[in-house]
Amino acid sequence: MIGSSSRRSPLTFVVHLTVLFLVVLWTLPTAGLLISSLRDKDQIAVSGWWTALAPSKQNAVYRAPAPDTQVEQNGRYVITGNVFDGGTGTVSAFGNSVQTPDEFEAGETATLSDGVTMTVAENGDFTISSAEPMKGRRGERIFYTTSVPPQFTLDNYREVLSAQGLGQSFINSLTVAIPSTVIPILIAAFAAYALAWMKFPGRALLIALVVGLLVVPLQMSLIPLLRLYNDIGAQFGVSPKGYLGIWLAHTGFGLPLAIYLLRNYIAGLPREIMESARVDGASDFDIFVKIVLPLSFPALASFAIFQFLWTWNDLLVALVFLGSRDDQLVLTGRLVNLLGSRGGNWEILTASAFITIIVPLIVFFSLQRFLVRGLLAGSVKGG
Amino acid sequence: MQQLLFALFTMIIGVAGCAIYFIASNWALDWIFPSKGRSGAAASRNLRRSNMIRPWLFLAPALLALTVYLVYPVIESAWLSFHGKDGQQFVGLGNYRWMAGDGEFRQSIFNNFLWLLIVPAATTFFGLIIAALTDRIWWGNIAKSLIFMPMAISFVGASVIWKFVYDYRPQGTEQIGILNAIVTYFGGTPEAWITLPFWNNVFLMVILIWIQTGFAMVILSAALRGIPEETIEAAVIDGASGLQIFFKIMVPQIWATIAVVWTTITILVLKVFDIVLAMTNGQWNTQVLANLMFNWMFRGGGDFGRGATIAMIIMILVIPIMVWNIRNAAKEMEGR
Repeated sequence: MIGSSSRRSPLTFVVHLTVLFLVVLWTLPTAGLLISSLRDKDQIAVSGWWTALAPSKQNAVYRAPAPDTQVEQNGRYVITGNVFDGGTGTVSAFGNSVQTPDEFEAGETATLSDGVTMTVAENGDFTISSAEPMKGRRGERIFYTTSVPPQFTLDNYREVLSAQGLGQSFINSLTVAIPSTVIPILIAAFAAYALAWMKFPGRALLIALVVGLLVVPLQMSLIPLLRLYNDIGAQFGVSPKGYLGIWLAHTGFGLPLAIYLLRNYIAGLPREIMESARVDGASDFDIFVKIVLPLSFPALASFAIFQFLWTWNDLLVALVFLGSRDDQLVLTGRLVNLLGSRGGNWEILTASAFITIIVPLIVFFSLQRFLVRGLLAGSVKGG
Repeated sequence: MQQLLFALFTMIIGVAGCAIYFIASNWALDWIFPSKGRSGAAASRNLRRSNMIRPWLFLAPALLALTVYLVYPVIESAWLSFHGKDGQQFVGLGNYRWMAGDGEFRQSIFNNFLWLLIVPAATTFFGLIIAALTDRIWWGNIAKSLIFMPMAISFVGASVIWKFVYDYRPQGTEQIGILNAIVTYFGGTPEAWITLPFWNNVFLMVILIWIQTGFAMVILSAALRGIPEETIEAAVIDGASGLQIFFKIMVPQIWATIAVVWTTITILVLKVFDIVLAMTNGQWNTQVLANLMFNWMFRGGGDFGRGATIAMIIMILVIPIMVWNIRNAAKEMEGR
């Protein structure tokens, strides 16, 4: 923007580099999580996830066949074979003792004690030869270093979805999030229309109230509502913790933003449309249902995305209003529990975390446009 | 699965219930005060009456929900903060006096001020820089999208992601946390970052900054694009350098937006809870108000008086921003 195309200086290069650095900085943590969740659990514990993309070096040992399999060739006694035993791989180094497993490069010829030589080719073929017949009952040990291509597995996901109860929690999260997203929309849309286009005493006051409630901390509501729910539960002999309670709570907490967003949008619709409809004899109800609601689709979508992300990602409301029994936990609650109980088991934590963030990420990348629009409508005032 | 069907069923009932309420109440209003097919005077009188009532029919469900879930709790919390453990016994300022002397509360409020000082500033700064830079390159939108992405991740998910970044292994063994791996690569000694006194607060803040920078970037980017081209062209003609244009021409023009971003993040910071709960649960001097409040809600069978008192402190800290927002909204309404 600053003097955009007029300058093709080294400065542009610096800009590219800076942005690249920032992007890497911002995506690296998530990338680490995703890659780790796909690695073998023993590997996660011993090496950094950034090593997972390159082939890893592994030391192995192979015992050559016993001397009685030796054959005589050109006056030398020879034992041949392949260290991979029918498999494939690449040997980069080999050796003859535990202390120096990578003493020789592949293809070199090693001289062992009493005139025996040993060579291992890159493809694993080895030759042990000696001028004298070899003795002993057991074959030579061949230590070799091989590079193992990157290996990924879905085992961690299988483990957490079944054994760790992530599957159940996933359904619980959906159960919480979907109604909590849909129910407030209609309520908010009617209120927003009234606040935008109907004239009545106290309207300005109500708008001020909504703007004020927009920033009321959730913490203020928790204790009184918990008491209220407990009282109602005791009165009717039902459990005070359940889905109905949390749906209504999310509805109440989401309403200020919903009304505010929708009112801003609906107030911006052209006055002529409303007035010509009114001249034609349409009532407020007709205008709302037939004109305002369809036109407000982008704003409704923006709010729905916000509310879905917020209810899916919420921990506090679920902890307070939904039970903490094993079959009642939502994904975020389950993840916090796992952090406490399986703190060191990164294969479980990374896979679980990725399951909790996958749905929001899909929503985010597919509906980003609406999200941005909603953010702008909700925040930029008089700017 | 059954549970999901139950959820869908409730959702349909809920939405249908709302729809039926709106349709039926409006129909009833027209039935009580018919305006069609009546003579002039009666029709206009009925129309006036029904127009007086109708807005309240539209507003009723929303007002009811707002009252039960937000307005009443605010009043009730204020009332509870003057009462004892179970909300029965009046203790006057007892809870507030207890709080003033409580070490954990002092720690929390100190930490909260640290968060307030660092997170909004850092987030706005990074958001502004990234917004300005990405506007100048062809792959700016991809870059923005990737930096915006953490916005979709839950605070708990983000905490796991960063706990993995901060993971600590004793010196000499291979580090699997990338931060310690980088530190040891450059010859430093690995640290257990999360337990490092004072600085561990900053490491927790990094998580929130990471999440919220995308938000700041999106809004500031839109504001930067709204700056009239002429002002920048004039500055270029006058020979201003890129940095001068940015800090002396562009930033002053978007002050209002910067303020909005700053206050929005400030509110968020005051309520920060999930990150602290998941990372440390307030250990190693990282306690914050929202987590302390949650603790008291359930600690020792739950102390509602003390919990409500801590909530009141958060509320009091929010009030200046609330007033400022309302005044802005009122000003904007007048301009309409």
